[in-house]
Formats: sequence, C-alpha cells, structure tokens
Amino acid sequence: MPAVEFRGATFRIGDRTILNNLNLSIEAGETLVLLGRSGSGKTTALRLVNGMIMPSQGEVLVDGKATGAWDRVKLRRSIGYVIQESGLFPHFTVERNIGLVPSLEGWPAERVAQRVNELLERVSLPPRDFAKRLPRELSGGQRQRVGVARALAADPKILLFDEPFGALDPVTRLDLQREFLRLRQELAKTSVFVTHDVQEAMKLATRIALLHEGNLAFAGTPSEFAASTHQEARAFLDVLEEAARVK
Amino acid sequence: MLNDVLQDLLDEGLQLLGEHLVLVFSAILIASAIAIPLGLAVAGHPRTRNLALGLANIGQTIPSLALFGFLIPIPFIGGIGEHTAIIALVIYALLPILRNTVTGILGVDAAVRDSAVAMGMTRMQILRMVELPLAAPTILSGLRIATVTTVGTATIAAAIGAGGLGVFIFRGIASVDKLQILAGALPAALLALAADGGLGWVERRLGRW
Repeated sequence: MPAVEFRGATFRIGDRTILNNLNLSIEAGETLVLLGRSGSGKTTALRLVNGMIMPSQGEVLVDGKATGAWDRVKLRRSIGYVIQESGLFPHFTVERNIGLVPSLEGWPAERVAQRVNELLERVSLPPRDFAKRLPRELSGGQRQRVGVARALAADPKILLFDEPFGALDPVTRLDLQREFLRLRQELAKTSVFVTHDVQEAMKLATRIALLHEGNLAFAGTPSEFAASTHQEARAFLDVLEEAARVK
Repeated sequence: MLNDVLQDLLDEGLQLLGEHLVLVFSAILIASAIAIPLGLAVAGHPRTRNLALGLANIGQTIPSLALFGFLIPIPFIGGIGEHTAIIALVIYALLPILRNTVTGILGVDAAVRDSAVAMGMTRMQILRMVELPLAAPTILSGLRIATVTTVGTATIAAAIGAGGLGVFIFRGIASVDKLQILAGALPAALLALAADGGLGWVERRLGRW
C-alpha cells in the first residue's frame, strides 16, 4: 500500500482549477519532489496530503484512508510539516517549539525534554547552546533546522516540505540539503518535497513529479527526468544546462 | 481654620477618588469582558468585523456630555447615578479594546498560524497558545488607551450625579474656585498617568519575546 495516493485529485477555487485530476502514488520511504513553476499547483498538492485543504473532486489517501475520513487533528499530528518561513512560534523557546506536538500528545515532561535534546543533536544544534533560545535569536538556517526538528518530534512516518530552503542563502541551502540527505539515510521517512529549484529536485529526489499549470506533466526518477522530452521538463532542464555551462 | 478646610478637602477628595476608581474599574472590566471576546470572535470574519468596529466607532463619536444626557431618560439602564455613568463609559471604552484585539489577532504571522494548524492544533489551542499570547501586547495597549481616556471622561460623570473627581471640578467651575478645580483635575491627571505607566510596563513585559 502506498504511503500517500492521489486519486483523481482536483482542487478548484471558484471556477479556477489549481490542480487538475492528479493521479500519483508515493511509496513508503521515497522522497518525492513536486517540481514546478509558481502557480503550478505543487503547494496545493502538498496541502492536500495533511488535510489543510480538501480536494474538490477525487481523493487523497494517507495510509490507505481518504483524508476526509481521517480525524483532521490526528492526521496532521502524524505528518511532519516544514515551511519556508519556518513558522516557528516567536514566543516559544526552541525547546518548546520542538516539544509542542509531543506535549499536545500528552507525553510526560521528561520524555519530551529527552526527545527535544535528541532532535537538536540530530539537526546539529547543540542543546546546551540552543534549547533556551527564541527563534529571533537564530539565523535563517538555524531556524529551518529547528523547523525540521519540530516536524520530526512526534516521529511521523510522513514529512511534508514546502520550499523549506527557498529563503536561505545558497551556501546555507547547500548545507541543509546535505543535512536532509543525511537525515533521510538515518530515518528512512516518506517525504514529499515542494520546490521550484530543479537542481534541488535532482539532488534530493528519489522520484520527481513535474507539475505544469495544475497538470502532472511527468513523474519518474531524476535520470528519467533528465531524458524526458516533455516541453516543461526541457524548460527546467535548460536551467540545469545553463548552470553547468557557467561552471 | 485653613487647616480644617484642607482636611475637609482631603477627606472628600479620598472619597471622590474612591468613587472615581470604582467608575473606571467597572467600566474597563465590563468593556473588556465584551470587547475582547467579541474581537476574538469577529477577527476572522471581515463582514461582522466591520459591523462591530463600525458600531463601536459610532459609540465613540457621540459627545460625552450628550451621551450621559441621552442615557438618563432610558428605562432600566438610564437614570441618575453611577450605573448610567458606567454604561456610558463602557460605550466609550469598547472601541479601543475591540480595535486592538482585532488588530492583534490579525497581526499574527500567517506562517505561524499555518504551521499551528498543520501541527494538528485545535482551534482553541491555537487561540490559547498562539493567537492570544502573540496579540496580548496589542490588546493590552488598547486596554491602556481605554483606561486613560476613561479616567478623563469619568470626571464628566459628576454631571449626572455619579460622583467621582468631577464633583470637585463642577463645583469649582460653579463657584469660580480654582483650588476646587485643581483638587479634581490634578488627581485625575495623576491617575491617568499612573494607569498609562503601569499598563505600559505590563505591555512591554508581555512583548519581550
């Protein structure tokens, strides 16, 4: 059974179709990158997974159960979510931010504290230096690390990333991409990752799904993607070639 | 002789100050109990929000002396005395508290609210753990503005027999007695400053994150 399955998922706002009849399965343990330009529907597809929005038509299955049939709170707590601006609570320390979902889930305080320490170590932020800080006392890269730690806190099987590294400088971004790959090796989670950066997609994906104006234009491994003749795929691959030429 | 006059003034002053404080505290308490929950409820709904803010706005445009006058003939809520004054003061205090509650809630970063929803927090948890704490300094600032204005407006309450420091002022005006006017105006001004300073301090502490 796939971890996530889109079955004819369509999302409309008024008479505007944002996502059109998406059929796509995401297997456990894979990193599916949703690639596309702004407005291609990739973030919409992502938000359908944890029930932030509901499909206008069709359905999205998580663990074999339609998102509409899930208890919304339970569904979301079992899925980690990382967004571009980190969305950390500015009035919570790093520690409380990371421990939030476990606390809501009723874990005892010591277990939460232990988990927070473990996660801070995992995202390379020594707890002694970082646990008590507020988000504004962190750099952009550090905030995203905390964001990742927070998403991992209750040990979800599925992680959603909405352009998590999009606002970072290129050096920090590379750093976090490497960290992402390392964490994937260690944790073997199912990840859905939204980006418009084709280089990032090629680096991180086990499979790429290319969206174009709300339609799925291509789905396959990065090497299949590189060989694709689809016009929109070529447009993104041109970006890669251009980058290579500069080198 | 002069000592006796001063002693009487002081005794009466303390009593009037007490009445004044009761007027202000009751009005602010009632206004908060109405405006804060109302603000929380309407913040997310543009139409009801504008309606509520519009009504509160109208309340505040009525000249204060006229409002006290209007309320007197109204059965149950009107009449001479304290409760009529409190109702008028509540009407004035609503707008700043309501407006700041709405502003505070709307000012919560969309990304923060989004991630709260995505983490599976319930509506009540988001309100209690995210929106209220983040909006608290703004709400408190509305409370501060309302309190300072109410301290001033409450002096007019004496005109409808509600007591308070306004008694000195009205009597002073009637008898062209500067000392009496000052005996009412000075404590009222100091009270306003103290409220401003005290609540401002709390506000800064709340906004320290």
